[in-house]
Parts: sequence; C-alpha cells; structure tokens
Amino acid sequence: MTRKYDLTIIGSGPAGMSAAIRASGLGLNVLVVDEQPAPGGQIWRAVEAVADTRTGELLGDEYRAGQDVAQAFRHCGAEYQPNTQVWQLEPGWHIYMSQAQKAEIVQADNVLLATGAQERPAPFPGWTLPGVMTVGAAQITLKVSHQIPTEPVWIAGSGPLVLLYMTQLLKAGGKIAGWLDTAPANSWRRGMPHFLAAMGSWRDMRKGYQWIKGLQAANVPIHRGVRQFSAEGEGRMTHLVYESSDGASHRVPARLLLVHEGVVPSIHMTRSLDCTHTWLPDQACLAPNVDSWGQTSQAGVFAAGDATGIGGARAALVRGEIAAIGVALRLGKINEQEADRLALPLRGKLAKELAIRPMLDAMYPPDQRVFQPSDDTIVCRCEELTAGDIRAAAKVGKPGPNQIKSLTRAGMGPCQGRQCGYTIAHILAAEQKCDVREVGFYRIRPPLKPLTLGELASLDIGDDLP
Amino acid sequence: MFHQLTDSGAQALTLTIDGERVTASPGETVASVLLRQESPVARSTPVHGNPRAPYCMMGVCFDCLATVDGVASTQTCLVAVRDGMTVERQHGKRSITA
Amino acid sequence: MIGAAIAYGLSGNGARVLVLDGGDTDFRAAKANFGLVWVQGKGCGNPAYQRLSHEAAGLWPAFADQLTDETGIRLDYESKGGLNFCVGASELEARGARLTQWHREVPDLAPCTRMLDRGELEALLPGVRLGDNVSGASFGATDGHVNPLRLLAAMQKGLVQRGSVLLGNQPVDRIVPLSQGGFSVHAREQRYDAAQIIIAAGLGSSALGPMVGLDVPLRPQRGQLMVTERLAPLLPLPASGIRQTDEGTVMIGLTQEDVGFDISTTSAAAAQMSRHALQVLPDLARARLIRQWSCLRIMTPDGCPVYAESADYPGAWVALCHSGVTLASFHAGPLADCLRNARLDSRLNFFHHERFDVSSID
Repeated sequence: MTRKYDLTIIGSGPAGMSAAIRASGLGLNVLVVDEQPAPGGQIWRAVEAVADTRTGELLGDEYRAGQDVAQAFRHCGAEYQPNTQVWQLEPGWHIYMSQAQKAEIVQADNVLLATGAQERPAPFPGWTLPGVMTVGAAQITLKVSHQIPTEPVWIAGSGPLVLLYMTQLLKAGGKIAGWLDTAPANSWRRGMPHFLAAMGSWRDMRKGYQWIKGLQAANVPIHRGVRQFSAEGEGRMTHLVYESSDGASHRVPARLLLVHEGVVPSIHMTRSLDCTHTWLPDQACLAPNVDSWGQTSQAGVFAAGDATGIGGARAALVRGEIAAIGVALRLGKINEQEADRLALPLRGKLAKELAIRPMLDAMYPPDQRVFQPSDDTIVCRCEELTAGDIRAAAKVGKPGPNQIKSLTRAGMGPCQGRQCGYTIAHILAAEQKCDVREVGFYRIRPPLKPLTLGELASLDIGDDLP
Repeated sequence: MFHQLTDSGAQALTLTIDGERVTASPGETVASVLLRQESPVARSTPVHGNPRAPYCMMGVCFDCLATVDGVASTQTCLVAVRDGMTVERQHGKRSITA
Repeated sequence: MIGAAIAYGLSGNGARVLVLDGGDTDFRAAKANFGLVWVQGKGCGNPAYQRLSHEAAGLWPAFADQLTDETGIRLDYESKGGLNFCVGASELEARGARLTQWHREVPDLAPCTRMLDRGELEALLPGVRLGDNVSGASFGATDGHVNPLRLLAAMQKGLVQRGSVLLGNQPVDRIVPLSQGGFSVHAREQRYDAAQIIIAAGLGSSALGPMVGLDVPLRPQRGQLMVTERLAPLLPLPASGIRQTDEGTVMIGLTQEDVGFDISTTSAAAAQMSRHALQVLPDLARARLIRQWSCLRIMTPDGCPVYAESADYPGAWVALCHSGVTLASFHAGPLADCLRNARLDSRLNFFHHERFDVSSID
C-alpha cells in the first residue's frame, strides 16, 4: 500500500521544519524525510542533543535557537522519517526513497525541496589529501561529536562561516596556526554601497565585527593577499605551501587544512526535475526559479530555504512557512485571501532577513582562482581527473559539460557533479571564451543517491514492462 | 586529527574499525569517529587507489565511503554510530563476490 | 558515432572533411551505446545485415589498433566472445532455435555461435556465481566489447589529427542544393558549402534528409540503461544485457520502448532491469547504482542500416543505423572507401531505403 500525503518535505533543516509546523497547523497531511539521523539540517545539526551541553554554549545562541524549533517540529503532527535518502522523484509526485536498505515509494500531491546548501567546491592542488576538509565539515564535526582539531589548524578561505567557526574554535580551546584570508582586499569598502540596505541587520553586522576583533585579539596570524596555496603530503597532508603577497614561498607543517569559499544552493534535485534555474553572477551559482510561494517551474514542486538562495536560518524559517501556505493554497485548504493574509507579515520579515545579503555578497565574493585551477589540480574528485584533462578534452570540437562528461568521465562518479559541475563549466567557459552561463551544466539523472540493485529490485514496480 | 572536548564516559559506545575496537559517543557519525583515529582515511579510490578521508561531513562529496555492518559504499557521515557496529575501510574497487 | 567513423575513414586519404556536430544536450544515441561489438543474432531475416555484422567484427581488431596507435586513446576493446544469458529452459530452447534459423540464412558462413547448457556455462565462467534459474546461454565466438565513449573520443581526435575539422555546437537546420552542383549547409548563422555531404544525424536525419531527396522513415526507440559503482572483476565476458567495463563498472540494460522523443528515465524500468540482472548475477544485489540514463535508438522499419545516395541530388548521402559501435570499423573502412569513390559496392545495395517503399514492391 503506497502511503499518500498532501505534502512531502525533503529536508528537516530550518526551512523543512518550519514548513512542516505551518503545514500541519493548516491541516495538511505531511511527511518529512531526511537523510540524517536527527533534525536540524547543517546549521542546527544535532541541536537536540547538543544545545544544552558546553558545546552548545560555545556554538552560540543562533545555534541553540534550533532546539525550540526542533521540539515544535517533533510535536506538530507531521510524520518524520530520518535516515531516509530520496533517490528519485517522478511526476505524480512519486517519491522514491530508501531507509535501512529498503526502498519504497510514497505519493504526495506536493513536494517541498528543503535541501539546503553546500559549500562551493574550491579546488586547489592537494585538496583530495586526507587532512583537507571544509570549514563547514569541521563545524559539523564539532556539532555531532564535540570534536575540535588537535593540532593548531590552518584555514584558507573567506566568508561569515570562516569567521564564525574560528571564533567558536578559539572559545573551545582550539588553536589556529594561521588563516589565509582569500577575500580580496578592502572587503568593507566593497560592502559600503550596500551598507544602508543592510542597516536593519545591524546586530548581525555587529556580531561579524566582534568576530573579527576577537580573532585579532587572539593574535590569530592572518595572511592576506596570498597568491596561491597547495596541500602537500604522501597519503595524507603534511605541509601547507603558500605564496604570500610579497611573492615569498612558505612551506609550513600542517596536518589539517580547512577551506571555505562560500555556500551555494544544493540544486541537484531541482535540476534532476528539470526545474528552471537562474545564474546568480554575484555568487557564481545557479538557483531555482520560484514564484512568490516558493513553487518552482514544476507544478507541485516547491523549494524553500537556502536551496532557493543563501539566506541563513532565519530566512529559511520564513521561506519554509511561506511555502507551506503556498501548498495549502494550491490544495484549496485555504483561499487566496487567507493565504495572502497569513503571508503578509512573513514577507516583510523575509525582506528584513535578506537585507544583509547584498552586502555580504559584495564583501565575500568567491575567490576567482577556484574557477581556473592549475592543470595539475584534480577537479573531479570521484574520477580523479585534473583541470588539464578537462582542458585537453575541450580542445576537440566545442564540447559542453555533458560531452566533456562522455569524453573524460568527469561527473560520472558517485557525487554526480556536486563537487565538479561548476568547476568544469568555468573551465569550458574560459576555453571557449564565453560567459559561464552559456556553457550549460550537467544533466542530472537518477538515482539522486546511490542505492543498491537489491533495493531497486525489491520495489514492486515494472513487471508490466515488455 | 580531531579529539573530543568531553569524554562520553558511561555512555560510550563501542564499535570496530577494521577489527580494532574504538569508542564513540551516542549521536556521532561513523565519519566523526574516523576523524579521531590515527588514520582518518575511510577508503582508497577505485580509480587510482588514493587514500581519502571525510571531506564535507554532510553527504555531498562521497569520500567518506566505507562498509558499515556489511553494507558497502555507505556514506559514513550520515550514519549514527550504533553499539557493536562493524566498520571496514574499502580499498580500491570493492568485491561483491566475497 | 557514425559521422565520426566515416569522417575518420575519409580523412585517411587526405580528404578534408568538415564534421558539424550538434548541441551539448541534443539527442545523442552515442551516449547510450552499451559498448557491444556484436554479431550473434544480428539481422535475423535480413542476411545482408548479418553478413555486414560479420564483416565489421572481422575488421574491428585492426581498426582498434590503428585508432589507438594514432590517437593514444585506449579503447578497452576485447574480443573473447559474448554471451546471451537464458533464464529457464524454454528461453534456452527458443534461443537455440532462433540462432539455428539465423545460421541457415547465411549457409556459406561457418556458425559463430554455440549453445551452452548450465554446466558448460559454469565451466566457461569459473568463479562467477550464476542465479539459480540461469539455464545456459548462447556464446558468440566473434562477439566482443569496447568502451563506446572512448571509441567516439578516439575517432573525433583521429579525424582532427588527420587534418579534418570538427565543429561542435553547430546543429544543421538547412541543406540547400546549389544550382551549380554541391550543397550549402546552414547551421546557426553559419554557412558551409561542399561538393559532397553525408547526413549521419541520427533521428535528426528525418528533417534534413528530405531537403536533398533522402526520405528515410525513422522512428525513435528509447533504451534505458544503468551503471554501477566500480567493482572488482566479476564478469569476464560481455553479455547482451550486462557487461563489466574496463573501469570496473557494470552496465545493465537496455529497455526497448516506443515513447516518442521522451528521454526521461523511469524507476519502473530501473526496477525491472535490476531484477533481470540479479536473476543472472545475484551478487549484484550489493552493488550500488550510480546512474540511470536513456537515449533514443535510430530505428529504421526493419532495424537494418540505411546507406544511400540521393537520386535527385547526387553527392548527398545518408548513413543511418542503431549499431554504431559494431559497425564503426565498417563505417571507417569499406563505407568510407565507397563514399570516397562516390559509389556503393553492390553488396550494399540492400541497404538503400527504397526497400521501405511499399509502392515499389511488385
């Protein structure tokens, strides 16, 4: 018997939980699935277990705020299924998913993709060595297991998450060997034109300012204007090599390097559904097109939270709620007047929450170097292909990313382009001397997560095919 | 590479990694346990046999794959540790006929 | 696949060929090629096609060597034979009967297949655990497999190295015969003139062919296929629905669906293909599926190739088939020679599309 729902929400981070709470409140029959063992997404990862611990304290109030939301979510009446990976979505909407090696199909009239964001792939020589991780990964590690780096850690990158993690790490008693700040100089000057618009978020700005002051007070060695860097080692990272702004080369012992070049929406699912997307030049990424209710170009498919554009947890809560109202409207549970009435205060709130974004985008643009890695840099981690391999293949004919995939196997590994898609597109754009949005992107095919053939075979479908 | 801020104490779980017994805290993932072992490596790649360790900790890089309770190519960053769990690192192209 | 092979072959004698390739996300049958270099069972009821398949397979080893020598690209070509697994006794019997009939159609050629019962099959595949219901298989001694994407890459690189030109992202939308002879080919805003043109545009040929009097009935047939993660060697010989590549991935497929120009995949097909595969190799239950995709086969009414010159516009040719990998050696070799001489050998007369013209049957 196929389970049926008014709405299935994929992802139980801020947007997903908020949508579930509101949708259930409006009388919808809701299922929430998430691949993690507990709700919270990444920003509030493990918040139920950690909020009341010392780790929760040092992670801060923004993190602990997730605890109330998680509790409200648990009690809102929505069905919640953790440890569940969605591997395909088909019109109807039929959601194919697996839990504990068992595949099943669920039907929902509406689907909300609250799949969040991921860190921008930022390739550099040696980034696949054990010992190189993302800053986000280190923060997740702190959240799920109360762990911090043992030795003084090196950090390379820029953005609010970098400042936040370093602050949290120092508070936890960790040590920072050095920070290669890859933001172009004069970030405040870049941010100034957007300052007025961001004024409403003065608390966030003050927080950011305090983080920076804290790092300075702790004498964290900050290296700006670094021209290039790489990780070296045999079998694992042992040294960090970087060229400072004066041209001098430095080789320092390092067993752990954390990198970060901003966050981009997770578009894997929306692309797999052939939803239309728009290229955001300031953040050099795609985002799905959604209407004022969060509905994508595919009827019945909604998106909310960072999956629609980076906005942070508070914006995600609001977007999730708006989407839930939109779904209720689509189902006819409420009429348009009621929907608008409910959404009105939320829209104002959303605008407020997003007000700081243009300033942050201007202050922390992605480091352009990650788009043109050196020939010897691996760009497809799964298939271990270098930028040089891609450039060589790009010379025959004028291939797009899908042809490059056929020629080189780039994008054919388990990650299916999550770590290489943008890099390949940028390399092709440079080779073909065109704008990256003209190059196109990988076609995304199922399964969205690799499931076993045994699980697939056990599904009770397809016997009627010739 | 990493160490825990607090001891799990009485709540500690036990699992094996390649036969070796290690402790873990309730709620943490297999990948986070790997990060505090002498070698954080989860596998070696099936393409060129290069070692890989957890990189993103959130399920989008597929470098943390290992065999968990007999199920191969599992994303260890998405699996919460269970008492008595067996984890085996994967080397190169894995065999399904064993 | 066909265009690249012909161009590669033609370029060998100093001819300068311009290959106009379509857009990045065009229907590309070449991307759903399973990689089989297959003879067994080909052209049942059409002995000319069976002979062609034999010929192509015979040319393959030298063709592969030459391509690799010239381009440095390894094709992972192997010709140790191929299998068609049978599940259940009646399937084995039916397969045997079909191949017996197939051999009868070309009595002058020595049989290249033999039927294997379960025991013989197990002996041929030591260490391979077969599903309980596998009753046996047909073994084709002249069958083999190759990496189809590398093959395409090699032919493209080869034709360029030989002095020809490959222009991507130039989908042809118009061909105009010129009054002084020759043709002008229009793609996007560009125009290319040539004395001889060969339409090898797969399903796109339906639109282009009639512009030069080459009206070939074609229909799309969807094939869905899947590929697993890389695995240690588990299947030493390719089979018609399952083969392990040199990288270690296992390819499984294909469906045969009449759904028009729809290249979406279905989980129903994925489940069905998985079940079939597990009936043959139950250990695959533990393998992880990485990707499922589909493409559209180019099906002529009898499934056999079409090679023809336009009667109204000499110099305009069409080359179509759905077995672009097996026939690649033929396309790059004998067919390219024929095209160079602007004359098809009489043994290829069968492949003219007039055979579909009902009104021409007496």
